[in-house]
Amino acid sequence: MKTLPPVDVAIVGGGWTGLTMAKQLATRTSLKILALERGGPHETRDYLDNMDELDYAVRLRTMQPIRDETVTLRHSARDRALPIRQYGSFLPGTGVGGSGEHWSGISYRYYPNDFRRLSHLVEKYGRARLPEDCTVRDWPISYEDLEPYYDRAERLMGISGKAGNLRGKKIDGGNIFEGPRQSEYPTPPMKLPYLAALFREATHSLGYHPFPLPAATTSVPYTNPDGIARAGCAYCGYCERFGCMIGAKAQPTNTLMPVLSRRNNFEMRTGAWVRRLVVEGGRVRGVRYMDVNGYEVFQPADLVFLASWTLNNTRLLLLSGIGQPYDPETGKGLVGSHLTHQVSVPAATLFFEKPLNAFMGAGSAGVAIGDFDFLDHKDLDFVSGGALYTVCYGTRPIANFGVVPPSVHARWGSEWKKAALHNYDCTGLVRFYGEHLAYRGNYMDLDPVYKDRYGDPLLRLTLDWRDNERHMVRLITSRAVQVGRAMGAGEILAFPGLKRYQATRYQGTHIQGGTIVGANETDSVVNMYLQHWRAPNLFVLGASAFPQNPSSNPTLTAVALAFRAADAVVQRYLKHPGLLA
Amino acid sequence: MPRPRRHFLTLAATTLGGLLVYTLDRKAARLHAQTSTLRVPLRFFTEEGALTIAAAAARIFPSDESGPGANEAGVVIYIDRQLASAYGRDHYRYTQPPFEEGVAEQGWQGKETPREIYRAGLKLLGGFQTLSAADQDSRLKQIENTVFFSLLRTHTIEGMFCDPMHGGNAGMIGWQMIGFPGPRMSYFDEVDRHYGTAFRPKPSSLAQMLGHPVAPGEDTET
Repeated sequence: MKTLPPVDVAIVGGGWTGLTMAKQLATRTSLKILALERGGPHETRDYLDNMDELDYAVRLRTMQPIRDETVTLRHSARDRALPIRQYGSFLPGTGVGGSGEHWSGISYRYYPNDFRRLSHLVEKYGRARLPEDCTVRDWPISYEDLEPYYDRAERLMGISGKAGNLRGKKIDGGNIFEGPRQSEYPTPPMKLPYLAALFREATHSLGYHPFPLPAATTSVPYTNPDGIARAGCAYCGYCERFGCMIGAKAQPTNTLMPVLSRRNNFEMRTGAWVRRLVVEGGRVRGVRYMDVNGYEVFQPADLVFLASWTLNNTRLLLLSGIGQPYDPETGKGLVGSHLTHQVSVPAATLFFEKPLNAFMGAGSAGVAIGDFDFLDHKDLDFVSGGALYTVCYGTRPIANFGVVPPSVHARWGSEWKKAALHNYDCTGLVRFYGEHLAYRGNYMDLDPVYKDRYGDPLLRLTLDWRDNERHMVRLITSRAVQVGRAMGAGEILAFPGLKRYQATRYQGTHIQGGTIVGANETDSVVNMYLQHWRAPNLFVLGASAFPQNPSSNPTLTAVALAFRAADAVVQRYLKHPGLLA
Repeated sequence: MPRPRRHFLTLAATTLGGLLVYTLDRKAARLHAQTSTLRVPLRFFTEEGALTIAAAAARIFPSDESGPGANEAGVVIYIDRQLASAYGRDHYRYTQPPFEEGVAEQGWQGKETPREIYRAGLKLLGGFQTLSAADQDSRLKQIENTVFFSLLRTHTIEGMFCDPMHGGNAGMIGWQMIGFPGPRMSYFDEVDRHYGTAFRPKPSSLAQMLGHPVAPGEDTET
């Protein structure tokens, strides 16, 4: 195996967190930085030609090729895991920018209580109210610790929205439940397509507190603190599963790469499939990868950032033998524990008698209410919550044609066709994003049977819902139906309920856990700077660090944490390499 | 290996209701009123197979009083090209063994490629296009729960509403029926207007919007 010339910093993965770290290090130090990305390059100009639903939203050409690698799934340790053979419940992107290219851009901050979930629940309801095998816990940092970094992440991306809590002052029209913010959103809220306007009126009339979704699909032209200028959103409706053809949706390729490509201390190396981190004597020496020509090479590096998304972060630690794999029987080991997937359901499908013009929109043009994140669970049969919302991402016909009201039973033929045509542009969703608590029995390890294209074991997910999530979805669905009525829908199709975890129904790509953050090395994989407790020159970035899944979407928090880790590396680690906490 | 005899699907201009179809080399062929037939070269099906699939797709999405259907959109041409492409060979699926039966929540675990599913499906549909519409419907009813039928239904919707460069949605007939304008650069001035009233810009295909042709995935993925 060829050994390549060493670099100071190797970053595994070219998405939001890895390239945020790269930008901070490349602009503030003279370190030689190399990003290794297994997919290919992406640029804004490519995305115009990609505005094709079939090739990109159905055949999923910007996603990791599933023929090369997937995960296996089982519901419990007693069951047999089988590979997820075609994408369903989540969609990991590939290439420069990673999933940050095809994301919708909904950019929440987590709520202050999300960082002290265990304490909050115990104080409010007592420990006995926690579900039986629940392993929810507090983060080692608070909302206040992270607030300045949220602010930087929002300004980096030019997030659109309206503050609901400015330095402690509650503001109507914003999310009044949010933690205090030091500044207003960098850009004003997005325009509201019709369905979102109906949702806002209806939820307001029912006494809830609607606010515009915080959006990385920036509403007006914006220049960020790095001097990177982006256009305002055109509401073309090609966000999720697509890259933005005008660069209005903040993506690593239009926000971070323009800075990085001007630095001569940074290199982006595509087609590099990292198979192992090489560890010796408690330090990572570098990474082994298959290069773009199919040769395996060793890349030495002094400092390594693992930033390859939740599942691959966990898998690479397991494959590399770094840290003890989690064993749910004994509770020993940590790598792979706390696997969660944000609960996401189409709570109510609404059939209207008027057109919605739903082909117009953007991945985060919509309205949400935070009221169900702040339920009083005293008399409820669950302890979690989430946001009810509607987003007008721009409906495209292959994915959306064929939905018919509950009164129509045919699924093909004249009767179905007539109903489907009639309802095509008159159908809208009230959606729900909810919290997923961590449980002892939900975890990741290496699959004993199935392999990737290079013969390495696939990651195995052992994952299922508990009654807590099922009960939460049941209650929220009934509220969504009430909202749908207030919006003026005729027939309403209520979500039938969560049963077992399904690989086949798209939920979102917000899978978390596996390399969790904590206050000490006996109960966590990384410290509050995302630094590995056992290998101080390794940092593990991204939502793999999150000990449980708050209801809100994770990207902004993942980027804020990368900013925070970068500060600690530049200000402290580089002067005194060693544990930062 | 000697190439098998090339098959063509001969379509009457009157059945292909759209104005434009895209031929094998992606050149737009405009059907004039005086053109009575169009010979479309097939990439995967035999002519017999294509006619069977076309007939079945036309029962799933019929041409009737609510508008044109799979025949006019050229759904069978779309399916033929997809099956001939990398997709037909299961390029978009993890296909490593062992193949074992699981629970529904784990997703489909079958070994068969889309091509193999269609070959088996065609056997189920022997003599299909000679049946009456009612008999065709009861034949399809019998196989409603097969993987083949579910794939055919999915492909029929794809062929009705895909960009015309993929061979279906001829003349954007599918998009016109549902008021989908195709890809467009901007709705900035319209997105928060037209509340509750239909806004229906004239559809344009991706190539029309861009002003240059785009290679569809089925022609570029190997």
